[in-house]
Amino acid sequence: MAADPLSRVFSALADPTRRDLVARLASGDATLSELAEPYDVSVQAVSKHLRVLEDAGLVTKGRDAQRRPVHLEAEVFDLMTKWIERYRHQAEERYRRLDDVLRGLPDDVDPIPPTPPSTGATP
Amino acid sequence: MTTTKHETEIAADPTVPLIRIIREFDATPAQVFRAHTDPELVKQWLGPRGLEMEVLTFDCRTGGEYRYVHRRGDEAYVFHGCFHEVTPARRIVQTFTFEGMPEAVALETLVLEDLGDGRTRLTAESLCDSFEGRDGMLSSGMDEGVIQGYERLDELIARGEAD
Repeated sequence: MAADPLSRVFSALADPTRRDLVARLASGDATLSELAEPYDVSVQAVSKHLRVLEDAGLVTKGRDAQRRPVHLEAEVFDLMTKWIERYRHQAEERYRRLDDVLRGLPDDVDPIPPTPPSTGATP
Repeated sequence: MTTTKHETEIAADPTVPLIRIIREFDATPAQVFRAHTDPELVKQWLGPRGLEMEVLTFDCRTGGEYRYVHRRGDEAYVFHGCFHEVTPARRIVQTFTFEGMPEAVALETLVLEDLGDGRTRLTAESLCDSFEGRDGMLSSGMDEGVIQGYERLDELIARGEAD
């Protein structure tokens, strides 16, 4: 398993069953047997998926020894979404500047500049 | 009527250290390509906001190389790489290294798809050499808030595991 936090979150969410579990936990805490019910797999298999989500920090198990309800750590999910959104936003800003540059180019422009320029400067 | 989807789409692959960006432009592939190969045009849009971009070398041909600096006051961030494959109006494959982390290298592939009617879809993929490098790239250019965000995530995860 990848060591860093973000990669663990990505790997955990790579699986459709685990994404589905996360989606269901978003509407409220649930026990393992409640979570396992709609699936055509064993409780053990769902338990394994939950373990991966738990290792990634996406869910925690409650302290109630009888029920141990599974709780979605929405903060972790939000943080990851925020980073990606900021990176996306930066890319979008860059491409809006590119939109402006493109508006200034003639329709029949050559895809490459006439001579390969090099300023030869050093920093 | 077709409408160009201008909002940048992004995906970080969970299985390989890859970032994929997709964006459409109201321009022909030749125009979009020119804006990536002509250093005078590149420096008008590539640098992050608030930083000035200076191009030191930019020979966008197969086998060519590039080196540029993003500057803000005393800060200077230098990047370099070589152009592995340049197919006009179609594809650019290049390496990418931030000289602040000289041992890390990403392989970047830019593909332009002609959508007709003077429109182009750009797909840019960065394949990093580690998940740490990919996540570093995702958080690059971000302020302290994000580094604190990382620390918070570590804390949140530690708390979850300790439970």
